[in-house]
Amino acid sequence: MSLSISDNLAASLIAAPIMLPSLAGTMALIFRRRRRMVAAGISIGSTALQVLIAVALLLRASQSDPTPYAMGDWPAPFGIVLVLDQLAAWMLLLTSVVGFAVATHAALTKLDRKGWNFHPIFQFQLLGINGAFLTGDLFNLFVFFEVLLIASYGLILHGQGARRLTSGVQYVVVNLTGSTLFLVGLGILYGVTGTLNMADMAARGAQLAQGDRGLFLAGGLVLIAVFALKAALLPLHLWLPRAYSSTAPAVAALFAIMTKVGAYSIIRTTPLIFGDVAEPILLPAALGTIILGFAGMLAARGLRDMAAFGLIGSTGTLLVAIALFDGDGLAAALYYLPHTTIAAAFLFLTVDLVVRWRGVEGDAIVPTPRFAGASLLAFLFLAGGVALAGLPPLSGFFGKLLILDAALASPQAAWIWGVILVTSLIAVVALARAGSTVFWKHDETPELPEDRDPPRLVQALPSLFLLALLVGLTVFAGPATRYTQGTAAQVLDTPLYLRSVLGTASPPSPTAQGDAP
Amino acid sequence: MSMEFLIATAIGALTWAGIYLSLRGRTFPVVLGVTMLSYAINLFLFAIGRLKVGAPPIFSEDAATYTDPLPQALVLTAIVISFGMSALVVVLSLRTFLETGTDQVDGEPDPAIDPLDGDREEWIARRNAHRIDMLGETRP
Repeated sequence: MSLSISDNLAASLIAAPIMLPSLAGTMALIFRRRRRMVAAGISIGSTALQVLIAVALLLRASQSDPTPYAMGDWPAPFGIVLVLDQLAAWMLLLTSVVGFAVATHAALTKLDRKGWNFHPIFQFQLLGINGAFLTGDLFNLFVFFEVLLIASYGLILHGQGARRLTSGVQYVVVNLTGSTLFLVGLGILYGVTGTLNMADMAARGAQLAQGDRGLFLAGGLVLIAVFALKAALLPLHLWLPRAYSSTAPAVAALFAIMTKVGAYSIIRTTPLIFGDVAEPILLPAALGTIILGFAGMLAARGLRDMAAFGLIGSTGTLLVAIALFDGDGLAAALYYLPHTTIAAAFLFLTVDLVVRWRGVEGDAIVPTPRFAGASLLAFLFLAGGVALAGLPPLSGFFGKLLILDAALASPQAAWIWGVILVTSLIAVVALARAGSTVFWKHDETPELPEDRDPPRLVQALPSLFLLALLVGLTVFAGPATRYTQGTAAQVLDTPLYLRSVLGTASPPSPTAQGDAP
Repeated sequence: MSMEFLIATAIGALTWAGIYLSLRGRTFPVVLGVTMLSYAINLFLFAIGRLKVGAPPIFSEDAATYTDPLPQALVLTAIVISFGMSALVVVLSLRTFLETGTDQVDGEPDPAIDPLDGDREEWIARRNAHRIDMLGETRP
């Protein structure tokens, strides 16, 4: 090891998205009672710094093969490795910008004053999400899932109240069961292959005897079921609407990225380790998810329910593209993924402002008296609706177009085209109905409470920031799609990943793990 | 053979009990069910390194054979996480019961087994009066 200090630092930047939130979370914990502004400043500063780090990592990843970072310098597969590749960098950048917007929004709307621990938990949430994107080890992925889940339990209950607690219990129990299933899958895979490193498992899984192969794929399918639970894929979506619509909308905005953690895990593990085993199940389930999500939007009585169902539907669209498991499909999915995450987060933040500024009726889709700031909110809601439904001129249109184009090669092309186009229309109808009821119709009968806070326009800045990102994703669609095409090629290039992480394309030492004692 | 049979049966029985209990409608059985499931999975993880009797996991001078040490480390991690999670679920269910006055998972009281006997308003008023004593709660 004759690396200079600057080389070492540059290599360690890969661990920074994990180290920084853990440090910032701890610091915010110290200041949370006496110096609340300091805690909020640390939290927002940390998310801003994460954006810069993510940009640096993205630039580095786009120029090189997957780069492993061995924790404690133990080489893979014996130690735990973090792996930076284009996919991980893309997800890190997305997490950091959404985290930045939500942390700022929470500070501006004083959501973080409703409990002591908002900013520390928020940072630990980011720690878990970033870790899940970076790790190259399946058990480590489980641990980061637990970190992000434990933090999400804290965030989902933030602010409390009976409804939030009831849905919180359901959310926790569902996810505990999911974690148990995760361990079942991991146990089977370890029992068969004798390794937990993703690259090593891919290499050994390919060399298994015929009898063990079935067990290996069964373990893989259990894992994919767990990831589908996180991604709220039909029929494992039932926990999401209630949990997301009863928590604070700003928290739900951050959680828009949690369903993408499930989608990411499917992208990461399936082509690498399990091959095309899940294809026949994933595609119908994803199509069903789209129908259910967008039909749920039509049935929603509150704006938060509507945003939650929209999130389910758009994640379904994303999973359709992933389920194609070819270069074009993945590239389209990876372009649509940041768009749908930002659009859903943007809609949740806008709904939060509607609830705050309107002052009556909460988020119900009913006419209310005219309220200050309604025209700005109407514009934001329109933009959010356009983005979520995938209409031009925003990037969702390009995303859906790319997905439809990629689906042409699939034997199920007719189904995919039909479902995506019809459900887009349903989403437009639902959003138009809700928007016109909330912003255009007026009913002067409910008394506005005297003590409500006057709307502060500065609170809309984080939402406008997210909107600007969507516009940016549209304007720079060319470079973005080039990047996602490179990413898709890299994800599907399994030998490259094995060479980069293990140093060879075959497992270092065949073990006797497969033999019964 | 008999040891494998014993372990497999234990895992199966625990999983069965865990699934049954976690599908119940009240929080206490659900908490028990989730705990049972985590016990089952701990045993399962322990068994994935193959069952060996009298073999050291790391190093011993006169050992003829070794057992796989990694599953034991995994079980340790899983135990820690599931223990913490069980504590969280217990506290959360208790808190939900105090907040809503029912221990039904969906938050809707079942009149047949409602512990408050329908006297919810009075109970919530009493709860609010004693709240600070019970939970030591302070609001920011």
